[in-house]
Amino acid sequence: MKFITANFDQYDGKDIQAYIGLDGFSGLKKAIEMGPLATIEEVKESGLQGRGGAEYPTGRKIEQARIEKAERKFVICNADEGEPGTFKDRELIKKDIYQLIEGMIIVAYCANANEGVIYCREEYDWMHEHICTSILKCKEMGYLGINILDTGFSFEISLFSGAGSYVCGEGFAMCESMEGKSGRPRSKPPYVKQEGYLNYPTLVINVETLSAITAIMKFGTSNFTDLGTPDCPGTKVISISGKVNKPGVYEVPFGKTLEEIIALAEGVKGDKRIGFVQIGGASGGILPESALKTQFTYRELKSKQVSVGSGAIVVADEDDNILDYLENVGQFFIHESCGKCVPCREGNRQLEILLGKFKHKTATIDDVKMYKDILDMMSEASLCGSGRTEPVPFKTAFTYFEDAFALGGSHEIL
Amino acid sequence: MVETRVIDGILGAYQNDAVNLLQILLKVQSVEPKNYVSEEVAMYVANHLDIPISRVYEVVTYFAALSHKPQGKHVIQICNTTVCQLNGFNEVLKWFKDALKINPGETTADGLFSMKLTPCIGACDISPAIKIGTNVYGNLTKEKVEEILSELRGAIS
Repeated sequence: MKFITANFDQYDGKDIQAYIGLDGFSGLKKAIEMGPLATIEEVKESGLQGRGGAEYPTGRKIEQARIEKAERKFVICNADEGEPGTFKDRELIKKDIYQLIEGMIIVAYCANANEGVIYCREEYDWMHEHICTSILKCKEMGYLGINILDTGFSFEISLFSGAGSYVCGEGFAMCESMEGKSGRPRSKPPYVKQEGYLNYPTLVINVETLSAITAIMKFGTSNFTDLGTPDCPGTKVISISGKVNKPGVYEVPFGKTLEEIIALAEGVKGDKRIGFVQIGGASGGILPESALKTQFTYRELKSKQVSVGSGAIVVADEDDNILDYLENVGQFFIHESCGKCVPCREGNRQLEILLGKFKHKTATIDDVKMYKDILDMMSEASLCGSGRTEPVPFKTAFTYFEDAFALGGSHEIL
Repeated sequence: MVETRVIDGILGAYQNDAVNLLQILLKVQSVEPKNYVSEEVAMYVANHLDIPISRVYEVVTYFAALSHKPQGKHVIQICNTTVCQLNGFNEVLKWFKDALKINPGETTADGLFSMKLTPCIGACDISPAIKIGTNVYGNLTKEKVEEILSELRGAIS
């Protein structure tokens, strides 16, 4: 299934003429022909939702950006792909960057923004030159710069390198880091869309979302919505990794079961059974093998307390220990917490202590209560989306792997 | 300290504007042989951007990609996050520890290698993976680790 990744391996990902030969920039031309308002309607109709993990309806997001009036307005491509297990944006940049840039131009045109930034994570520094060269080529061809395709619309893109901070994938933290400060989220409101980078209206949008917009404009909305399910149309680019034979990036229509998707990666290494899978990144939910018949749609996953997130699927086998895994997830959050608000900063430290007790079978009923309370407090009281979703793996693991959380000591404490 | 004209060049490329501090520091660190932002450089940058040095240190100490301590010529970043943990991070760490006789966060006596643990580098499809400079190495084995190290040692002499 190839819709967003249709150009993968059709050209070298660098040659702009080859991209144009594949009908490149036809999506932009169509958007210009239709005008911003009709294009926004088209994106709305496609049902496209933010692909970085926040799942916000993309059409509405662009519409809200358009309404904002200001001297300057920014479109930031969020290429700060930092969710462990996620590498699909890397492939979208490496193999089809022009589709991404075209998406940025379409979005900027619709939102009436003249300045664009690709915020690429530092870990992808080996692609930074590729990004800059591609931007320059688009400029040479007249797709960026002043008066693009005689529309009177001008748009420039520059590259900004992150510096190894997971939280900077969050809109405000990203803006802060771009302003030469430590990347800590701001309180809302006002929102990024109103007062983001340099306090100007800023539209932060994920690599895959932008790439999908180009593909939708190029192939037509109905060809997108024909895929997937009626309540969850289209395709999703998924990163599968862990204990599978063929880890990689796969584009699948929504509605496939998790089992079917994992089968694309040719099963578990060493003919073992699946122990558990984590869906959507470090802050994604953890499911047991018995839940793999679940359809991959926003609604079905939600019914299992899991979300699509970044579209990562990490597979662990039957010999992997869920508590070791959770401990690793927790250490990641401790390392990446920006430290601004207490629930995330202290919550993760307390969780680490409690997980140690579960691991050594010394937990009491009070520890279980504490574990749940901390998780609730983190989801309720954290300042940013990162802190609020960090409890998800811990909650879902507790739901689906109760045995691992067995109490220690005598039964009297029960 | 790196020659001031090099730093001036970097500052100039970013319009001597403090809003670009993060990009400036990344560039400044990349031209420093010991891969860090020294106090001297931090002071120089702060003075030229007309910001307090505390602001420079706020950024240097916040971001994992920046260091205020000297590092080896080659910084070996070993991914220790979920997927690599499942796929043998512990062994990879041991191979490097045995070969370099240092722990994470330390630098070899000859100043050639530093080792540090790093969260996901987006190479989960070739896990276990590490990153050295702008090179990503995956599907690591003990032999591969030895090869990488001898190659980097050879490139120096």
